[in-house]
Amino acid sequence: MIPYLLCFILFLVGLYGVITRRNLVKIAISLSIMEFSIFLFFALIGFVEGGVAPIVDPADPVKTYVDPLPQAMVLTAIVIGLATTAMLMAVIIRIYRKYGTFDIREIKNLRG
Amino acid sequence: MNPLIPLFVVIPLAGAFLIMILGSFIRNLNKYLASLVLLFLVIVSFYFLFTTGSKVSVYKVGGWEAVNSIPIGIYMVLDGFTAIVLCIINLIGFLSVFYSISYISRYTAENNFYALFCLMIAGMNGVVLSGDMFNIFVFLEISAISSYALVAFGVEKNELEATFKYQVLGGLASFLILIGIAFIYWKAKTLNIADIRNVFSSGYDRKYYLLVQILLLSGFGLKAAIMPFHAWLPDAHSSAPSPISAMLSGVLIKAVGIYVIIRLFFNMFAISEGMAILITTLGTLSMVVGAFLAIGQWDIKRLLAFSSISQMGYVILSVGIGMILISRGVRGEIAALAIAGGIFHLINHAAFKGLLFLNAGAIEYSIGTRNLQEMGGLSKSMPVTSATSFVASLSISGIPPFNGFFSKLIIIVAAILAKFYFLALLAVIVSIITLSIFMKFQRYAFSNKTDTRNKVKIREVPFPMLFSMIILSIVCLLLSVLVFPGIREMILTPATDILMDPSKYSSIITGM
Repeated sequence: MIPYLLCFILFLVGLYGVITRRNLVKIAISLSIMEFSIFLFFALIGFVEGGVAPIVDPADPVKTYVDPLPQAMVLTAIVIGLATTAMLMAVIIRIYRKYGTFDIREIKNLRG
Repeated sequence: MNPLIPLFVVIPLAGAFLIMILGSFIRNLNKYLASLVLLFLVIVSFYFLFTTGSKVSVYKVGGWEAVNSIPIGIYMVLDGFTAIVLCIINLIGFLSVFYSISYISRYTAENNFYALFCLMIAGMNGVVLSGDMFNIFVFLEISAISSYALVAFGVEKNELEATFKYQVLGGLASFLILIGIAFIYWKAKTLNIADIRNVFSSGYDRKYYLLVQILLLSGFGLKAAIMPFHAWLPDAHSSAPSPISAMLSGVLIKAVGIYVIIRLFFNMFAISEGMAILITTLGTLSMVVGAFLAIGQWDIKRLLAFSSISQMGYVILSVGIGMILISRGVRGEIAALAIAGGIFHLINHAAFKGLLFLNAGAIEYSIGTRNLQEMGGLSKSMPVTSATSFVASLSISGIPPFNGFFSKLIIIVAAILAKFYFLALLAVIVSIITLSIFMKFQRYAFSNKTDTRNKVKIREVPFPMLFSMIILSIVCLLLSVLVFPGIREMILTPATDILMDPSKYSSIITGM
């Protein structure tokens, strides 16, 4: 149970950062922390006690195999996360060039 | 195994790739290739719309058959509801690309625009077609990333701020969806929608089930901009280039938001009354509040974006009424009517909101402002834009004989028959408010006196933009025929049937 709780705490750390930080880069970092806590959680769910990689061996049918689905899902999600983070950082750099600040309180052209 | 099904994802992906590789060597390749790709997809999707009927075609990628009737491969599923949404995506996509041929020429980096556009289409087609949560997540992110980039395409202050907001909230939505998927996997040990249905129907923990439902509802609700999660929509949809606004408002929030919510809550989860009431409440809330927020706007595109929230509220509301009736197990034919009304309004909204955003783009293209107070008298100098936007305004406000009237009528009649008199009254009131919003739009943009100090000659927009607007206004008129008996049974009834019968979808796919 403890690993799951730690994942949840990591998630809350990220959420705290997204809500309270005012620097755009720190918000991006907090989002990444949240994201990785979920990846960790998903990978933990897929853990099987004493499981081996699912390469079926007809000679030894009693082996416990690990389901590769959560690993595949987490790997895909990590790649997607890389793309979204790169996109977010590119936008942040552009915002800095236009507004000259990273402070979210001074970026408020859109209202209503 | 229909080999045409994966083409919906493969062709736009290949198109995006080719545009990026060859676009810089061959001039004008990008426009024509993107238009051809979308035209082909429109033809294929209409072929499926008219031939699918009530059958469900499954394409198993790589030919991996089910083992012990447990699906193990990647499944692409095409049924009546999917065919309708595919038609919307590709038709609006084609008209937006054609419109972009002249609209986007004032931006630089046209190759990137068309490549991202094809990527977004591929993502949305993938979400609609995929039969498991894994691929829904992957394609959802493909369409989300390309839409983040397209919203920021102007790279000015407003666009960047809007896309930052959109990305942070879109990222949170993806996290919620991913947690939901993780929780589903934890208990069900599978991610295929049909298989999850089978596993959960053989006994489940009620509280756990509710947690998963809430997580997925809030995740996809953020993508669909249902009321408490709507903050990003007006900024993102008004800052994007107009053809992209038409895509985002007309298609994206439906394909990755509403469609997935309907699909999951009807075909994956067993419908519970509590969830049904929650969904109906959220729908009513977005319908009412969206309309009130829209009426005070002076920026045309913000006004249209807020009105999208309100119109999506209608869809959610009527689908929610259908869910309540199904969960009570009474009067199935009224539930079918409510769901059909919701799907009909979803189709109609794609047509008229797409058209309105294209009109807004045409106005911005000609006079360079989006502020209603700075325009006026455009009906003389831009007759086609004025006429088509008049058609769209009448459709969205529900004036016969345009399509919006019939779908709103079905929704209101279904609400009355289901004895939700208050909701029916609210739907009528919001319809009147919508009429006043669009009367304001028509009056300030097209019929007021022209500001004579501004001596610049205002001209009608070029042909590709006119073509898209005219076609969409004809579509607005033609869609009303969906209400007539023969055609309704061919198109709307298969879609409602697959949603109405809770176990049909999963039993067809897993073959049990």
